[in-house]
Amino acid sequence: MNSKTKNHEPLFHIAKRDTLPMYKSWAIRGLAILFALIVAGIVTMLLTGENPLKVYSTMVSGAFGSSRRIWSLLQSLAMLLCVSLAVTPAFKMRFWNIGAEGQVLIGGLATAGCMITLGDKIPNALLILVMIVASIVAGAIWALIPAFFKAKFNTNETLFTLMMNYVAIQLVSYFEMLWENPKGSSNIGIINQSTHAGWLPTIGNFEYLLNVLVVLGLTIFMYIYLKYSKHGYELTVVGESENTARYIGLNVKKVIMRTMLLSGAVCGIAGLLLVGGTNHTITTTTAGGRGFTAIMVSWLAKFNPIYMILTAFLIAFLEVGSGAISTVFGLNESFADIITGIILFFIIGCEFFINYKLHFRSRHKEVK
Amino acid sequence: MFKKVLSIALAALMVLSLAAVFAGCDTATGDESMKVGFIYLHDENSTYDNNFLTAAKEACEKMGVEMINKTNIDESDACKEAALDLVDQGCDIVFADSFGHEDFMIEAAKANPEVQFLHATGTKAHTEKLDNFHNAFASIYEGRYLAGVAAGMKINEMIEEGKFTADEAKMGYVGAHPYAEVKSGYTSFYLGAKSVCPTVTMEVTFTGSWYDETLEKEAANKLISDGCVLISQHADSMGAPTACESAKVPNVSYNGSTVKACPNTFIVSSKINWAPYFEYAIQCVKDGKAIDTDWTGTLATGSVELTEVNEKAAAEGTQEAIDAAKADLEAGKISVFDTANFTVDGKALKSYKADVDSDPEFKGDTEVITDGVFEESKYRSAPYFDIDIDGITVIK
Repeated sequence: MNSKTKNHEPLFHIAKRDTLPMYKSWAIRGLAILFALIVAGIVTMLLTGENPLKVYSTMVSGAFGSSRRIWSLLQSLAMLLCVSLAVTPAFKMRFWNIGAEGQVLIGGLATAGCMITLGDKIPNALLILVMIVASIVAGAIWALIPAFFKAKFNTNETLFTLMMNYVAIQLVSYFEMLWENPKGSSNIGIINQSTHAGWLPTIGNFEYLLNVLVVLGLTIFMYIYLKYSKHGYELTVVGESENTARYIGLNVKKVIMRTMLLSGAVCGIAGLLLVGGTNHTITTTTAGGRGFTAIMVSWLAKFNPIYMILTAFLIAFLEVGSGAISTVFGLNESFADIITGIILFFIIGCEFFINYKLHFRSRHKEVK
Repeated sequence: MFKKVLSIALAALMVLSLAAVFAGCDTATGDESMKVGFIYLHDENSTYDNNFLTAAKEACEKMGVEMINKTNIDESDACKEAALDLVDQGCDIVFADSFGHEDFMIEAAKANPEVQFLHATGTKAHTEKLDNFHNAFASIYEGRYLAGVAAGMKINEMIEEGKFTADEAKMGYVGAHPYAEVKSGYTSFYLGAKSVCPTVTMEVTFTGSWYDETLEKEAANKLISDGCVLISQHADSMGAPTACESAKVPNVSYNGSTVKACPNTFIVSSKINWAPYFEYAIQCVKDGKAIDTDWTGTLATGSVELTEVNEKAAAEGTQEAIDAAKADLEAGKISVFDTANFTVDGKALKSYKADVDSDPEFKGDTEVITDGVFEESKYRSAPYFDIDIDGITVIK
């Protein structure tokens, strides 16, 4: 190497890494979390003067401090995971479904509609069956509409699914007015509070166990569907390259519509669990932003349903922990958001170092 | 592969719990005093929730009890979880501030008969008949009426200055939902203004949300462009007051003074001071007495307040007029909803069945007019005046 090129060598350059061995990539992730905690700790001390260890312990006790809190965390985790599972097949197909929020809401609206109009009119078991079917169909239709337009007219699915969210929100607020009580309040309140008609059954004394089990089942189903089924293979091929898919004789339009149908159906189930199994009411905030957070959960886990348990746990933990910080320290929730932001920044950022390598300009080269 | 993932996750968890153990050492203070838990829909950025936060702090300090606040709690199962978690933490009283929290508070109350659950603005305590679930509100219609007097004074001043004629005097009102609480509020405000300026009319528009800064701002601007010469609002953001400040239109506010943001247009604001209620409930629990199922704060209990009048924007003599009307209200010389002071479809109102026990069909169940006065907040604390009276136009 002559001295001319050496002088032009940049301070560092970035190169794609070979796939790292498992232990190394996880070591990097572990380090990232450690750095995140240190930086967040420094920020905490500078901004609030609170002991960062106390802040972290508050987050932990806010999430695990009592059996109720652990169940509550499991419930949040299950709901987020459910929506994340729903968006995953679409994302794996490179179909940017950011309409999960709306699909969940519509599933929930269908559930609430059944509970209100059919409650006490038909046997409870039948009512629940109708609710399940209605929520799945509603979610699936809401997802199928943009998929159809994408497949037939190549419309932009990002905008389309996003706008479908607003349509869903407006529909829910219309029905809030229709089913309101008292007059004029736009408040539905708990549906069938005295009769519990259409409330999903609880298993033993564990209010959220059913939700957790359903989502666990869905996780296993989705793992097998994506990894071992023909459908899963087909949607992966469409995601990697539509042309290849066409070349090997796949009906791309059919795959797009079928995958979105599944995506919407699972969102519908999330709506069912939220309305029938958890809140027993519907408001415009029932989906609670999960449709968007799910995108992060899914990507962070690289579309692997099993990893998603971990990433959904991380996000759910940070959310619950943030709430605990604002309660215990009297700090505004924005502060908790800052901590969450720092931690997520490091975790997302570390993926860069797992996939790429920094080569620094070597000093030793000058030695002959 | 999965084992490794699991072991790392578990290791991380252990490190965190260790940190928890070390840091948690000095958090237990062993304070045996009473605990009160508060649940808020938003946080201090909402004028509505901020009003509760301030009162909770004041009351808990005065009564020497511990306060635990949970902010940004949605009107969903999250409210029940928050309430139950507060019970787990040893709270003797749990309070929630938003209308939509009510059903979830009832669920929590049923599961914890030994803890008192309080709910502001709710309607169901008197029909649920639980010993430990209570509603509270205040006769804020009296505060609105007094604020209306200030508005009427300002309009009279503007008429005298020749800005418009008495017949053109029209106020605007930004409401949240077409719900009794809002209707009762704007009607009392209008009647207050009418008591000093008989020709005044009012235009009302609804945003369909309790808190939406953009919508509230737009609504206020629309009313101003419709020719409204003064604006008031019942919605929880700064949308309407700031719209008035930029348009230089006088504003009568709610929930607290907005004079800092609107020094040139803010006249006065009515608000509910929740501290007396919190103190009352805490005292009841300390004494082992039952808390009222429906508690209605009044001018006399210090629950209904008016902020300081902003001399810069208000008409001369406003404070005196407010004081005089307040004295008359307290002495019982005048009543806000005296049926002699308003008509419905051109006729005097003789009888009205209000939907006090709110049912899905909205059927009126209780006669609320006695001796020519619509008795607001008598049969339950939350307002039930939901009549459209002459002089007020609701625009869609």
